[in-house]
Amino acid sequence: MYQNQTTVARPQASVLSTNKVLRNTYALLSMTLVFCAAMAYVAVSTQVSYGAALVANIVAIALLWFVLPRTANSGAGIGVIFAITGLLGFGLGPMLSYYLQVNPSIVMTAVGGTGVIFLGLSGYALTTRKDFSFMAGFLMVGFFVVLGAALLNIFMQIPVLHLVINAAIIMIMSGFILYQTSSIINGGETNYIMATAGIFLSILNLFTALLQLLGAFSGND
Amino acid sequence: MDWVKIGSALFLGAMLVFMFPRMRQAIKHSPKGTMQDWMGYIIPIIAVIAFVVFLIMSVR
Repeated sequence: MYQNQTTVARPQASVLSTNKVLRNTYALLSMTLVFCAAMAYVAVSTQVSYGAALVANIVAIALLWFVLPRTANSGAGIGVIFAITGLLGFGLGPMLSYYLQVNPSIVMTAVGGTGVIFLGLSGYALTTRKDFSFMAGFLMVGFFVVLGAALLNIFMQIPVLHLVINAAIIMIMSGFILYQTSSIINGGETNYIMATAGIFLSILNLFTALLQLLGAFSGND
Repeated sequence: MDWVKIGSALFLGAMLVFMFPRMRQAIKHSPKGTMQDWMGYIIPIIAVIAFVVFLIMSVR
């Protein structure tokens, strides 16, 4: 939208700073993804229960909401982001155990698919340098509606609604990846820890939604 | 209904309550996109949908 004005008018120091945030974000993101995968492996190998996974997810989200914003500008933020991603990885345990038991190839397809979607969308946002800030309201409303539908479906247990929710999550998380990447490029996000947290959550939600969708359509859900 | 489902429902409910003011703020403060801006979102999303359909076909 305003990309030409911002890129031409921005001083070199600002561009260097943006590149530094981008580099640090991707470096931290890759480390947290590896740590998350390691914690998921621990949870799968120890056969963690759904209750323990739920507690891990609740603690992770509480850290994300209440602790990370206060520590993101200090070194402690690194420890907090690793704690969050580790707990979220641990929380994946029961779901991964289930799909690894019924059809391990689905898990690998979901991992590969998530990687391709993330790299494709990030590459698109980085090369076009488009400003996706106009999507903030749309994405937040979309995610809010999806969460509401997911809450309803806990009680209603409608299989088609479950599929629709997962398909919507894939589209919304794809939008969040574009939005967050463009936010770093255009100087909207200057803290690499917060940027990592946002992109990590998008990737994680994308992966779980894709895994459930593939599981449902392969007849293993 | 087991306690994991009740816990999940409470968790999602808390997320909705927490997100609501942020959603309102995002609606108020986000700039309006033009048709061209939206096309910049729609085109990659169509590619993502096509790729997901391809993955679904490959596991069926």
